[in-house]
Amino acid sequence: MIPEIGQFAMILALALAAIQTAVPIVGAHRDDAAMMGVARSAATGQFVFVAIAFGCLTYAFLTDDFSVLYVANHSQLSLPTLYKVSAVWGAHEGSLLMWVLILAGWTLAVARFSSGVPDAFAARVIGVLGFLSIGFLAFMILTSNPFERLVPAAADGADLNPLLQDPGLAIHPPLLYIGYVGFSVAFAFAIAAMLSGDLDRTWAKWTRPWTTLAWLFLTLGIALGSWWAYYELGWGGWWFWDAVENASFMPWLIGTALMHSLAVTEKRGLFKSWTLLLAITAFSLSLLGTFLVRSGILVSVHAFATDPERGYFILAFLGIVVVGALLLYAWRAPSLDSDVGFALLSRETFLLLNNVLLVIATAIVLYGTLSPLIYQMMDWGKISIGEPWFNFAFLIPTVPLVILLGMGMHAAWRTQNTGTWLDVLKLPAIIGVVLGIVVPLFVYGRMSVMLAVGCIAAFWIVVSSLVPIIRSLRREKGAAGITRSALGMSVAHVGMGLFVLGVTVVSAFGVESDRALSPGASTEVAGFEFEMRGLNNVTGPNFTAIEAEVEIRKDGEYVGTVRPQKRQYLVQKSPMTEAGIRAGLDKDLFVALGDQLGNNAWSVRIQYKPLIRFIWLGCLIMALGGLIAISDRRYRVNVRETAKRKDPKAQEAAA
Amino acid sequence: MKPRQQRMLAVGLAVLGIAIAAGLTLRAFEDNMMFFVEISDVVAGKHPSERNFRIGGLVVGGSVHREEGSLDMSFEVTDTACTVPVIYSGVLPDLFREGQGVVAHGRMGDNGVFVADKILAKHDENYMAPEVAESLSKHQQDIQAAVARGTEGCNPDDS
Repeated sequence: MIPEIGQFAMILALALAAIQTAVPIVGAHRDDAAMMGVARSAATGQFVFVAIAFGCLTYAFLTDDFSVLYVANHSQLSLPTLYKVSAVWGAHEGSLLMWVLILAGWTLAVARFSSGVPDAFAARVIGVLGFLSIGFLAFMILTSNPFERLVPAAADGADLNPLLQDPGLAIHPPLLYIGYVGFSVAFAFAIAAMLSGDLDRTWAKWTRPWTTLAWLFLTLGIALGSWWAYYELGWGGWWFWDAVENASFMPWLIGTALMHSLAVTEKRGLFKSWTLLLAITAFSLSLLGTFLVRSGILVSVHAFATDPERGYFILAFLGIVVVGALLLYAWRAPSLDSDVGFALLSRETFLLLNNVLLVIATAIVLYGTLSPLIYQMMDWGKISIGEPWFNFAFLIPTVPLVILLGMGMHAAWRTQNTGTWLDVLKLPAIIGVVLGIVVPLFVYGRMSVMLAVGCIAAFWIVVSSLVPIIRSLRREKGAAGITRSALGMSVAHVGMGLFVLGVTVVSAFGVESDRALSPGASTEVAGFEFEMRGLNNVTGPNFTAIEAEVEIRKDGEYVGTVRPQKRQYLVQKSPMTEAGIRAGLDKDLFVALGDQLGNNAWSVRIQYKPLIRFIWLGCLIMALGGLIAISDRRYRVNVRETAKRKDPKAQEAAA
Repeated sequence: MKPRQQRMLAVGLAVLGIAIAAGLTLRAFEDNMMFFVEISDVVAGKHPSERNFRIGGLVVGGSVHREEGSLDMSFEVTDTACTVPVIYSGVLPDLFREGQGVVAHGRMGDNGVFVADKILAKHDENYMAPEVAESLSKHQQDIQAAVARGTEGCNPDDS
């Protein structure tokens, strides 16, 4: 009964999404307040019904209802409760339901927190979001119904893929989806602006916090995925340039460009049409990512059983959304731009360069991701693009990007006096160069050109980003402090610097070695001694495991003990490697069990990963910077002020 | 020209310049594009000789051998028609098993042995790399039998 309620709720949600799309948009066009008013209630209703459907599916998992096909395929009686919940989004149907729930959640948030936005504009935004919802709900109901029954019901389920039985993975998809789907808000704002033809600076002001919020969730989602891959999937790697990773990374790159471009549009009223194009692109890349992941068209570590038929639906929807948006853009964009100028040395120039470089970076990732497909279609052979290609190609735009970052932050809008600018930059530049040379040479004892470039850039960004914060702390009493917006920018850029430092150091000084170890024996990697003390049998709720106890010493002194496991999951009969990691801010020591070599020996992969934690720490700090920026006063003041002037403005906008 | 047009021109030229530079660099770096070569083509000698490539197929039953207590191991991969011996030293992926799909990165060594530097196995019971699946279905031999007996009926020049 419960699953049927879920299915029924999905159909009602689809009906409400249709109302949410059609009525407010027509209402905004006709300036009909009653019709526009439907937007907010329809959005609320749609969210409630999607949430009911989601709740029903969760209930089916928690009660082990194996008469539901999706539950029978992805759960099992002895699966721990946490993973029964996360199994809801562990595969195709459920993850789509979560996608729709998150979209409905964003729509609800926009409906709730857009009281400062003119009614006609809000109605259009909510209408566009409703249209996206229609696409995904129809997709689910027609091709991927999570509530499909299994007759007769199974006695026990087939269990969740053991790879997904991990706390990191329980929250990785929701965070990633909140980010992915969040770009739909910026997209809807862009479409609404083009529909109304009214794109002034307030438009950018409204769009900015939503974009930053989506971006910060995407940042956290990607970082969490990378961390999970590191300890669970990848034998110690943190990024593989895998097709599915790239699918989430491309919207991030364009989203980052969009945030910066929105700053220019808000402050100076420039780059309007470019900003619109980025907003369209960011969400289109999110859809493209969904298509790549769900169609299984690319070879990927994420390609858990997929179905090409479903890909066509998403591809068609992607086509409608992208072509529709671009046609609207072609019609409206030419009338948008202003002829306000700016000097060569100004913040505008640096943000323009930021955008150009980020777009090039995205193009490189897109080319690398799709070229195997292009080669195959052209019959040029079956290729795969390896990590070295990406690692190298990606540096072409990003090295100038990070170096320019430290300079652009200190340039003023409109025009910047060269002398004062160089004065500000002098100290960070000196500190950056000194630390960038000293740290690799004396702490790690080696140096190369790329290493110096990476370390100098990292320290340069960190110090340069700290300058406004330090200045604010040292200001005279009564002087204006740093705004939340500027503080957020500084903090996020410090995070970027730490990230660059982590990537540079771990790439240059990380050590990875496969060894054979038996109990009582020891081996040395990167100056550390790893001794296998013993092997034990361990039993988990739905697996058995062999656990090794490995003691790590440096120069005879005890460093720590790790316990890597080789698990055998009982239902799916698949082995899984649980790495043993001695984590630290300065370095990780990583031991993973391979396989039995006979003679009581095991193959083990041992790794020394200096500063790898800086990679995820940097991402966390970047997200924190985003959060600080959103909390800036002017977004709240703006809402209140416009609320006061709301009525006349609404009429004006609708006219 | 209006300032806006000048700006667009400058940006356009910059993008073009960087794109050309990037294109040239990437072209030189094409070594990192790895081609997938079917086992039958490998046996027929139709594979790159000076660079890495990928092969994929099924691990032949009973072909996995390793020296006791050592990381060195060998096995055979088949596309159901032809078979190539592979040597590898290191940790194997969790789902590496006899009779199952596998992809190996590496190059041909002397005497027809493929020297792998990386072994990939599928991450999911139901999943097989599309290129491997295609290669297997093309040769259309009885998979069970091929896994059991190894090479036989290999006519690489026909394919």
